[in-house]
Amino acid sequence: MSTQTYDRQNPAFYALLITLVIMAIGPIYLMLTTSLKLNIDIMSDSSSLLFMPTLRNYETALCDFLWYEPEHLRRCDPTFGRALTNSLIIGLISTAITLIIGTMAAYALVRFRFMGRDVVSIWTLMMRMVPPAVLLVPVFGIWTFQFGIDGSRGGIILVYVALNLPFVIWILQSFIVQVPIQLEEAARMDGAGPFQVFFLVVLPLIKPGIAAASIFTFRVAWNEFLLANALSDRNSRTVPVTIVNSLTEFDIDWGVIMATGMLLAIPPIIFTFVASRQIITGMTAGAVKG
Amino acid sequence: MSIASTNRMTPYLFLAPAGLVLAFALFYPICYMIYASFLDWNPSQRIGEAEFVGLRNYFKLFSDDAFRESMGVTLKFAAVVVTIEMFLGVGLALLLDRNIRGMSVLRTLFILPMMIAPIVVGLMWRYMYHPTVGIFNKTLKSWGFDGIPWLSDGSWAFASVVIADVWQWTPFIFILSLAALQSLPASAIEASRIDGASGWQQILYIKLPLMLPVLIVTLLLRLIDSFKVLEVILVMTNGGPGLSTEILSLRINRTASEFRELGEAAAMSNLLLIVLLILTFTMFIYNKAQDARAARLRAVEEEV
Repeated sequence: MSTQTYDRQNPAFYALLITLVIMAIGPIYLMLTTSLKLNIDIMSDSSSLLFMPTLRNYETALCDFLWYEPEHLRRCDPTFGRALTNSLIIGLISTAITLIIGTMAAYALVRFRFMGRDVVSIWTLMMRMVPPAVLLVPVFGIWTFQFGIDGSRGGIILVYVALNLPFVIWILQSFIVQVPIQLEEAARMDGAGPFQVFFLVVLPLIKPGIAAASIFTFRVAWNEFLLANALSDRNSRTVPVTIVNSLTEFDIDWGVIMATGMLLAIPPIIFTFVASRQIITGMTAGAVKG
Repeated sequence: MSIASTNRMTPYLFLAPAGLVLAFALFYPICYMIYASFLDWNPSQRIGEAEFVGLRNYFKLFSDDAFRESMGVTLKFAAVVVTIEMFLGVGLALLLDRNIRGMSVLRTLFILPMMIAPIVVGLMWRYMYHPTVGIFNKTLKSWGFDGIPWLSDGSWAFASVVIADVWQWTPFIFILSLAALQSLPASAIEASRIDGASGWQQILYIKLPLMLPVLIVTLLLRLIDSFKVLEVILVMTNGGPGLSTEILSLRINRTASEFRELGEAAAMSNLLLIVLLILTFTMFIYNKAQDARAARLRAVEEEV
């Protein structure tokens, strides 16, 4: 039994709340139901509430991973399955790299007094504001002609790490500041080196911050379209790129495309439900102090 | 190596990986772009082969009607969405700042639109705006009205894009203002209540002025982000019909990939970056000024 008491509100207030919830998740619900419909049901004029849900669209999208062959498919198109693999690999690796080097940098910025610290802080803040569109031309040019890593997953991972680092450093700073310095001093007294202090003392204490930062990083890598589009070739395309490519065709298969959209939306939705508190902390850090 | 010198090197060792990545993959490309904006350069050339043309790209841009229109669309879009979102978001926060059951569930549901991919957001709205299968026109027709050309008419398309953005980003303002409201000093609100202030007076004279610093930072953050919007519009309208929804980032993408004018695209990116830098600096200076003011107030209090 919770001991907290709640104020009673009048019915109009609850009506407003329900309207807001419907407005917030209505479009997502609509996407979900569409992805479960056959094209005949999507096109029909009758009520959209009564239909036989089917997983056929998901079978079409994921046919590459299925152990059986769906009857309704004449030929399996592996594009989406490949893109899903690419997205997962790129998302996970870039998140891991960003977090490791990001926490180290944030720690150095908070704990050590050294020349140029303020300059570094200001630069991280400024870099945070750079939109992907601005990086499009130079990244395309450099990756193609100088680094020679266009069209590979590695190239895309490198951009995402660079794009996410400023934000990760910035947000982790606010968590590291709160770690009591006495703990670190105690560890150092006992003979731990700076790297041991960092990995064994500081890291375990800033887990919530790391959770928030990894969700934000993974989300950017998972959702980003523009740079992935410019840097990928047929074999390294990510899910957003394949979705946009299938949209430019004249006749859109709404059922299948909504299924792919849903698959792309599921990981962020899960994160939101699991870690909404951390996400809100991440969002409000900087604007709201305390 | 002596212990003292390891200690002096430690911060740099911790910073080195991040510094290298940022230098090579963020800072260097930006410098590269500034240089590229002075070149006549197409994607099949190495940058060394491109011809140096000085400020020609910039002159060309400013005399280009399409660019001016796209700049206008960008500014109009940013102004409209930020205004609507600020009013709605702050209004809802003031309204919902109550002790009710399920507030955390509500907040969780509200951040969903921001978390899912912009591509998917564009996809959902494009489906809803669809002339025949979309829910809006279906509903209108079942009520006996004519369908609305949501995405095929210039001004409707702009409105549709604005609606989608408002749906996606109002929760951001809402959550920030709610956090601000809940961190207000309870004593001030209590005191005004005892002095007999009505709900509206409390909002106007106590809550809003106290929230103002947070609101200004929120506004600037949202303004900066509204210049970054790209995917939602790309999926919904791809800038059309005509140029009615072609915001600057879309135009950069098209100039680079369709018209193959990398120099011009770089010049455009530069201009966008300058706008964003000005906004960021404003925010930075405002934050510093706020901190200084808070410190001064604290000092005065201590003297008394």
